[in-house]
Amino acid sequence: MNETGAGSGAWAIEVEGLGKSFGNHRALTGICLKVGRGEHVTVFGPNGAGKTTLIKVLSTLMKPSAGTVRLDGSDINKAPTEVRRKIGLVAHQTFLYDDLTVYENLKFYGKMYDVPNLEEQIHDVVRWVRLEARLHDRVGTLSRGMQQRISIARAVIHNPSIVLLDEPEVGLDPHAIVMVREVLDSLSAGERTVVMTTHNLEQGIEMSDRVVILDKGRIVYQEHKDRIDIATFRETYDRYTESTK
Amino acid sequence: MKNGRGKLRDDLLVGMGFALMLAALYMALVYAPTEKYAGAVQRIFYFHVPLAWVGFLAFLVVFIGSILYLWKRSVIWDSIAWASAEVGVVFTSLVLITGSIWAKAAWGIWWTWDARLTATLVLWFVYVAYLMVRGYAREESQGARLSAVLGIVGFINVPIVALAINLWRTQHPTALIFEGGLAPTMLVALLVCVVAFTVLYILLVRQATSLKILESDIENMKNLRLE
Amino acid sequence: MSRMFASVFAIFWKDVLSEIRTKEIVTAVLVFALLVLVIFNFAFDAASGTTARIAPGILWVAFTFAGILGLNRVFAVEKENSSLAGLRLCPVDRMVIFWGKLAGSFTFMLVIAAVITPIFLVLFNLPLFLPRLALIIVLATLGFTSVGTLFSALAMNIRARDIMLPILFLPLVVPVIIGAVETTTCVLAGGPWSDMLTWLEIMIAFDIIYLVVATLMFEFVIEE
Repeated sequence: MNETGAGSGAWAIEVEGLGKSFGNHRALTGICLKVGRGEHVTVFGPNGAGKTTLIKVLSTLMKPSAGTVRLDGSDINKAPTEVRRKIGLVAHQTFLYDDLTVYENLKFYGKMYDVPNLEEQIHDVVRWVRLEARLHDRVGTLSRGMQQRISIARAVIHNPSIVLLDEPEVGLDPHAIVMVREVLDSLSAGERTVVMTTHNLEQGIEMSDRVVILDKGRIVYQEHKDRIDIATFRETYDRYTESTK
Repeated sequence: MKNGRGKLRDDLLVGMGFALMLAALYMALVYAPTEKYAGAVQRIFYFHVPLAWVGFLAFLVVFIGSILYLWKRSVIWDSIAWASAEVGVVFTSLVLITGSIWAKAAWGIWWTWDARLTATLVLWFVYVAYLMVRGYAREESQGARLSAVLGIVGFINVPIVALAINLWRTQHPTALIFEGGLAPTMLVALLVCVVAFTVLYILLVRQATSLKILESDIENMKNLRLE
Repeated sequence: MSRMFASVFAIFWKDVLSEIRTKEIVTAVLVFALLVLVIFNFAFDAASGTTARIAPGILWVAFTFAGILGLNRVFAVEKENSSLAGLRLCPVDRMVIFWGKLAGSFTFMLVIAAVITPIFLVLFNLPLFLPRLALIIVLATLGFTSVGTLFSALAMNIRARDIMLPILFLPLVVPVIIGAVETTTCVLAGGPWSDMLTWLEIMIAFDIIYLVVATLMFEFVIEE
């Protein structure tokens, strides 16, 4: 899905020598990652490994301290607005306004992203996350799991080619996780490039094409899913993140 | 950490500053003639005015340092801006205090809302706000960035505030004005004092800046060792 | 260009919708401003002759403090919803975010002024039809909100947020306050335009300068 798809600008995400420091704390060092179009990469790592920082840099919320990052051909430092058009982010926070309805929230973001045929798109995307019934309810009245599904709808309303997810299942009850997973599965099945961070080893591997382990700000392991033995992966993970124990 | 030449230069600067300050004291308290109406107390003027000048200069440095920091993001510019703000707030406080003493001695009241004092008071508040933003920030880089914004916005405000307060004062004049004519000997004394205080400012800011840069280096090294 | 305007309007409209639902800003600030007016009445004894001279000061103190309350809310709503990141993700210039929030806070403050001013004029037995006062209020509010929106964003992420906003804001808007009080005094006394001209010029200059400066500085305030 990947090395061969080459040719010019064939990579959806190109990260070279990425570093990010906060004052004197180095959150990321020497990150090199190439993600092909339509590829699904899952990033594992213990707390404090830098997963969230990596996603924040990829999503333009933070500027890199060093290195280059290109998403769909656009450089994150030189053309951030272009990059923003091509990505969608799902995180712990939903970025939704509690006092506005689902419809109003989606319409707002739709306008900000200049989505064509907005009305239709809103209905499509809400139907996709199975929440048409709550379209005109205030977001504050929805359960956390439903809010997260709407957040995913918000993230894809402008049809981004790249979707970034930062531990999307955190804080959800089992039922909500099932529903969110359904949505994520269909997201994965499509042509979008997906980069997701998660703590859930089993589920993470199932959905991905490639697996990356981050520890202390560096990539310590990278492998295609086909070459991974799911049964022993937990051991592998523990071994590579030994240093934090 | 300082090589021989650097230390020599520092020592020369300190020596020069010391000598200048002695000269300034002499000029202000002995050489300058006693003012006709206000008497000996007027000599505070020779400190009040240089302090005001340096207070303004310090803010100009904060302004330039802030712009350069936002552009280059180097710790050096941030340290210079911060150091200048710390020194500046002290000098500005002294302007207010000497102004108050002068007013009390000359007119029997502790404060007068004259144009210069009032504008200085507003500048003082901006300095304090700058230092508070640093103090209340959640981390160093945020403090540096946000106070740099304030340094820029605050400095641009200075001419506007001065203009507004001046106009306000001319429309509602008080009988008490801080100016006075300057005989040539007074002017000389004043100039010596201005130079002396400017050198003092430079010395203090250099010290404070290198201290901050050292602190930053130490933090860096601590973190390197942990990796 | 029209795309930028559409985005600015989208942010503005979102804030208006929120406010219509919760009525948070307008009610709290209105009540507060009225209270300030009334308390000043007690403090200065409205019946006596001096009120005519200090009335402009009272009006502008009430507006300033009420304004600070309102300005605190401008970015507090984004902080509460953790939605500032959502705005930063949008493919728009950072200044669009600033102008969107500015449009909202400016409008809210004008609405509050439109309610408070007639009440003030009535309480102090002043003439009610004063179109020049409307101009002054617009100019002053523009000055307040351009500085205030920038600092509301600045204070949003640091500690002691509520106390820092007034400390940052007040020294900088001194020229606006002086100008507003001087021109209001002139208007209430029925003075000619020529008396107010210089102050109006100062206020207009302030507004233009700060609109530009705040627009340029905003991206530095919200970056991470």
